Amino acid sequence: MNNTETVKAGLKKRYAREKRFQFYGKAAVMSGFVFLIFLLFDITTKAIPAFSITEILLEVPMDRSSLGLSTDTSVSIDDEAIAAIDYAGLVKKSLRSQFPEATKRKDKKLLYRLMSGSAEYELRQLIIDDPGLIDGEPLSIWFKADDDVDTFYKLKRNTSRIKAQQVEFIASLKTESRIRTALNWDFFTNGDSREPEQAGIKGALLGSFWTLLVTLMVSLPVGIAAAIYLEEFAPQNRLTDFIEININNLAAVPSIVFGLLGLAVFINFFGMPRSVPLVGGLVLSLITLPTIIISSRAAIKSVPPSLREAALGLGASHMQMVFHHVLPQAMPGVLTGAIIGMAQALGETAPLLMIGMVAFIVDVPDGVLDSATVLPVQIFLWADSPESAFTALTAATILVLLAFLTVMNALAILLRNYFERQR
Amino acid sequence: MKKLMLVTALAAMTVSSVQAAGRDTISVVGSSTVYPFATVVAESFGKKTHFNTPKIESTGSGGGMKLFCSGLGVDSPDITNSSRAMKKSEYDKCQKNGVTDITEVHVGFDGITIANSKESEQFKLTRKDLFLALALQVPNPDGSKTLVDNPYQKWNEVNADLPAVRIEVLGPPPTSGTRDAFSELALEGGCKKIDWIKAMKKTDKVAYKTVCHSMREDGRYIEAGENDNLIVQKLVRNPNALGIFGYSFLEQNDDKVQGSIIEGQQPEFESIADGSYPISRPLFFYVKNAHTASIPGIKEYLEEFTSEAAMGDNGYLLDKGLIPLSAEVRAELRKNTSAGTRLVMN
Repeated sequence: MNNTETVKAGLKKRYAREKRFQFYGKAAVMSGFVFLIFLLFDITTKAIPAFSITEILLEVPMDRSSLGLSTDTSVSIDDEAIAAIDYAGLVKKSLRSQFPEATKRKDKKLLYRLMSGSAEYELRQLIIDDPGLIDGEPLSIWFKADDDVDTFYKLKRNTSRIKAQQVEFIASLKTESRIRTALNWDFFTNGDSREPEQAGIKGALLGSFWTLLVTLMVSLPVGIAAAIYLEEFAPQNRLTDFIEININNLAAVPSIVFGLLGLAVFINFFGMPRSVPLVGGLVLSLITLPTIIISSRAAIKSVPPSLREAALGLGASHMQMVFHHVLPQAMPGVLTGAIIGMAQALGETAPLLMIGMVAFIVDVPDGVLDSATVLPVQIFLWADSPESAFTALTAATILVLLAFLTVMNALAILLRNYFERQR
Repeated sequence: MKKLMLVTALAAMTVSSVQAAGRDTISVVGSSTVYPFATVVAESFGKKTHFNTPKIESTGSGGGMKLFCSGLGVDSPDITNSSRAMKKSEYDKCQKNGVTDITEVHVGFDGITIANSKESEQFKLTRKDLFLALALQVPNPDGSKTLVDNPYQKWNEVNADLPAVRIEVLGPPPTSGTRDAFSELALEGGCKKIDWIKAMKKTDKVAYKTVCHSMREDGRYIEAGENDNLIVQKLVRNPNALGIFGYSFLEQNDDKVQGSIIEGQQPEFESIADGSYPISRPLFFYVKNAHTASIPGIKEYLEEFTSEAAMGDNGYLLDKGLIPLSAEVRAELRKNTSAGTRLVMN
């Protein structure tokens, strides 16, 4: 057998092997894809109920005696009198006039439990914003229903939390079309709440924003500076080797360790407050730094030596060479690394546990020194809440987080393309 | 360069503001079991008053105590929640670190339920059944006074009245307060029913604790994580399994799961409140009296928490699954809390 024959004999086998490999490759991609689709489908179906909310139409009387104000029209109504109105009582009164048949104490209690606790605050806000409503016509307002009613009406789930009497109330509301499902804007505009119908992600969203802002401001300049120095200026000796090994090691340290470090250094030693985005951002920047340094160094290293030599040959100083020629070339890689680091930071919860950002915080943070929590922590907290309506809110928050990550990664690709076209 | 300056400015800003700051938000830490109740009170307090809404961290009872007892001052929490009474060792640590004036507030009770899917039959269990089914070591079935590794695989081997179903119980991991309480109330409760083990308590307390508190590790008891919602979902999918979680989760999901009858008692609001349901535990929180003057709103927060509107017979905490104290105990509690009665342990 000569060489050609040997090759020919094995040819079939080689083609088969290549086909098999291609098949494995396709199967690997497909299975990953199927998992992703399954995950997205599962989360999306669970999240859909969170974006709508059940509302009930109430007629609220606006005459002075119903509001408990002086009936003497010559007396003007000041802010104090408006603040003192019994709004909860007003909501209850409107409910009673809607259902005059509920006279027993027990029935009335069930009736009141149809409404969300937010109704009285909404009503108060409405009247404070426009005191002219007083003395006017009775107002027809859509108020949010309680989360138990919401779950019952929206998802047709029948727990013992909805009593038979309440089912009748809801049926009668339905025949008069005084109950509807509407878009749940509060999910985007409210802070956290223990009442699912009032809970929103604005607090967590802004918390994530402030935290990432601190992370970006700290880790990007420090990371790039470290990478440039180590790659371009530092002498090659034992010390720099030691530093390099440590940076690579840091990238693999479990994130909770950074949380402990943050607790010891920033909170206990420097006396910074607990639960604030500033400390969270500093801790997260420790986590993202190795990622940024490693990817920036790789990007700087990949700039061709001919470019450096040309710059030096034309009389540029070492620093001019780095900042005018190498860094612009390396920018796409640096930015990709930075954004991947930020995306990693966006998803962290474990280190934040140690510095007190895993907490129930209602007020929306206005800056880096206000107590705040972040999106993944909000998911963690809601997933653990007993009220069944939080399941949907949890899934919806996961969707928001995924959307955020997608935007950040898309940004990384866009920036890379932009800088690649620049050179 | 610009960025570097920004960072420096930010750092400078922080240092100055930290130095200037007292704290105007109440800081609460502690038990994940009390967390659902404390958060509701905090939210309502924030809405009703002009104070900031208190910040509540769920650190677990032990972790909360550690933070609470670390010292006085704005860096340390004002209140810690706990699903058990403060231990002597923790009290001593508090005293040593200058936290000498503490008020204990008993909030109410929490029941622990053992539930299964509604598709299956309701279990009728005793604490002894639970001990025999779930302990690491049990008395030798041949009747001798020795311990053997738990041999039981099916419920009917434990107790002939129970169904011939494989023992499969989903519950919380050892870090959870619910698990502590389950070990203490259910396992030890059942353990005590066996006379010769009960006698061990006097002779060898350590061995007694080990026997009565150790869960079996051969896969019949499955640690399902701290997330009780997950346990509920798993029970729905596996009708043969039982799950251990707090009463509030049972109440929220009773269209899907049912609680087992323990020693003739249904896990219901009334039976837990009057103490006849055997697996229930008290819930507390502890306040630093030294902080009441310096942190705004603590006094009002305590008033809100102990008010009839919150923990009374029709209070909003009951809607969240809290089992209330009796009216007399509540009145006494309110008096002690507003007076700031000092906790003494010897």
